[in-house]
Amino acid sequence: MLNQYIPVLVMTLAACGTAAGMIIATTIIGPKREFEEKMEPFECGVSPVSDPKSRFGVRFYLVAMLFIVFDIEAVFLFPWAAVFRELGMFGLVEMLVFILVLTVGLAYVWKKGALEWE
Amino acid sequence: MQLLIFYGFGFLALFSGIAMIMSRQPVTSALLMILNMFCLAGLYAQLGAHLIAALQVMVYAGAIMVLVLFVIMFLNLREKAGIVSKHGVMTQAVGIAVLGFVITAMVSKLDMAKLPAAKAPAADFGSVVAIGRVLFTDYLLPFEITSVLLLAAIVGAVVLAKRKV
Amino acid sequence: MVIVPPSIDLAAVGPELILTGAASLLLLVGVFLKEQSRFLNPWIALLGVILAAGCASSSLFPHTTFQGMYAADLFTRFFKLLFLLGTGMTILISIKYTADEQIEHAEYYALLLFATIGMMLMAAASDLVTVFLGIETLSLSLYVLAGYTRTRLVSNEASLKYFLLGGFATGFLLYGIALIYGSTGHTNLAKIAYAVSHGNLNTGLLTIGALLLLVGLGFKVAAVPFHQWTPDVYQGAPIPVTAFMSAGPKAAVLAVMIRVFEQSIAFMNVDWTVWITILAILTMTVGNIAALVQSDAKRMLAFSSISHAGYAMVGMAAASREGSSAVLYYMLVYTFMNIGAFGILALVARQNEQRTAMRDFTGFAYKNPALAFIMTILVFSLAGIPPMAGFMAKFYIFMSAIKAGQNFLVLAAVLNSAIGIYYYLRFAIYMYMKEDEAPSTLPPLRASLGLILALVISLYGVIRLGVLPAEYLDFAGKALLTF
Repeated sequence: MLNQYIPVLVMTLAACGTAAGMIIATTIIGPKREFEEKMEPFECGVSPVSDPKSRFGVRFYLVAMLFIVFDIEAVFLFPWAAVFRELGMFGLVEMLVFILVLTVGLAYVWKKGALEWE
Repeated sequence: MQLLIFYGFGFLALFSGIAMIMSRQPVTSALLMILNMFCLAGLYAQLGAHLIAALQVMVYAGAIMVLVLFVIMFLNLREKAGIVSKHGVMTQAVGIAVLGFVITAMVSKLDMAKLPAAKAPAADFGSVVAIGRVLFTDYLLPFEITSVLLLAAIVGAVVLAKRKV
Repeated sequence: MVIVPPSIDLAAVGPELILTGAASLLLLVGVFLKEQSRFLNPWIALLGVILAAGCASSSLFPHTTFQGMYAADLFTRFFKLLFLLGTGMTILISIKYTADEQIEHAEYYALLLFATIGMMLMAAASDLVTVFLGIETLSLSLYVLAGYTRTRLVSNEASLKYFLLGGFATGFLLYGIALIYGSTGHTNLAKIAYAVSHGNLNTGLLTIGALLLLVGLGFKVAAVPFHQWTPDVYQGAPIPVTAFMSAGPKAAVLAVMIRVFEQSIAFMNVDWTVWITILAILTMTVGNIAALVQSDAKRMLAFSSISHAGYAMVGMAAASREGSSAVLYYMLVYTFMNIGAFGILALVARQNEQRTAMRDFTGFAYKNPALAFIMTILVFSLAGIPPMAGFMAKFYIFMSAIKAGQNFLVLAAVLNSAIGIYYYLRFAIYMYMKEDEAPSTLPPLRASLGLILALVISLYGVIRLGVLPAEYLDFAGKALLTF
């Protein structure tokens, strides 16, 4: 039963392997001529070192929240697409109702300007 | 093999769950939570709930984690913030004791012998097609209610988080 | 393979469809017509409510539809009309409030309608999946509504507190549903009932599931000891929202309790009425004693609404058809009187809810004799003084419990009613018997059209249901027959 997941396992291992391999390989085979200026990451005008935990605005939060809602909407399309032919007209109508309600949401969010970076 | 996978995922899930609440770094906690979600997805897959397993990774480990990380960054938690408990050791001990009592009472109440025998699921159980067949017929009403629930969620998000309503 | 479409009865969900349409219309009008359409919002919502009520009261043949997910029976109809009444009155008292606080957005009214849809689904649910989705739709809307006045810190606190504890309670609820499913193999209430009475089930699992479900529902109805969130949330939320939350959602949770515990798990060999009895006694007592010591009118009404849920649960503990129909009647009466009382509080509180203390009612009777008189009638009814409806409602609840042999419970309930009379009468004392110490410089209070309409409905209910209760009692009684 779980045989179907072997590709997933292989994929996971390959991904981890690639990431780990890249780091290991560069540390081993990369040339090492280090001096202080070179080791400093360069970005024009931006302080090279900063706290990663700086504050993000509430706008990110709104976008993330809307993303989740529409993500969940999309999730329902998978099983629908799989049985679309079997369901026929009935399925089309019920999905249309579902989408219609959420389209109201989309139109609302759009016109409200919640998708704009205020 | 089955058992090995189950215990592997199970212990990893438990470990990551405990480590998540013990960790003092909010971001570390969030990453451990992703690990926890993955383990749960593995357990679902083992139960034959393939679509749910996939959704667990997509929605929880993907979308919801992004939100959690945003919130952590939004709140700008420092390492020391939030770990100072108002309650003393006594309160915690009492809490653990009560919880332990409730759980033991529950488990002892469970008549393990009378648990319904596990039925072998249908061949296509948990597949996208099988879920689609019941979701759009028997569970038609819950499906449509979900759209209203999501619409309410959209409105709620805009009302609470938008600068100017 | 071709799937045969299930037979669905769209007429049964007519009210839900109408409200969804009205809410969508509100949202779209709000964004496309912008500011100049704001005054329209409450009226669109109200129109939706009236149309939905018309649809809900059309004739019906009791049946379940949507593959047994949705029960279209008289029980559902009773609750739908009750919720629509509550929502309609809330909209009426919101008109002036939202204008004063500058929150007369389409979203406010849309969320009220979404919450109402959730409540209707809860009352109609004949499957635990529908119950859950109904509760979620309701709760989500309420979390946002509680924090709607975003500039007030207490409102933000109310929203956050409600959300966190509500989410926690949802966990209990879901776990309970999962265990019930695990032990019976069904989520459909009728099938669970069949499995419970016929099968060789694991009762341990079922008991724990039912207990967890009760804990989850207890949170939502604010039964003691799961009430901790209530005072702060009710105090922090905007007054019309508090009025809304205290009536409809409680009735919705009680409807679910009646359906689940009296219809489905009733056949279990565990005596669940003991749990309800304990909850009822705790809820009444703690709610009343806490209300006794409050000096803030809004907080006092919050605690007293906890105790009213306790009285209603006395009827549930009777575990009889009579008891359940008394619960229905009680919640109807409570909706009439409580939203009216909150409406007057919203007026007295003035802008930004600065004057919600009991002493702000001082001398109210001399400045606004008519409103003070109405308030007196409403609090008399809330206290359970005849001939007002509140008395009849309590009377039927207590009678059903006595018939069920729950004498101790009735004794506790009567003692609690006595406490209730004391603190409710403080309103009358402040309004009539205390002089204003310093002549106030505040502008005189004027009732808006919406408030007057709401109060007329409220008064009608309180007097009509108190003096001639037969017709409504009959409706409540019949509602229980068509399960």
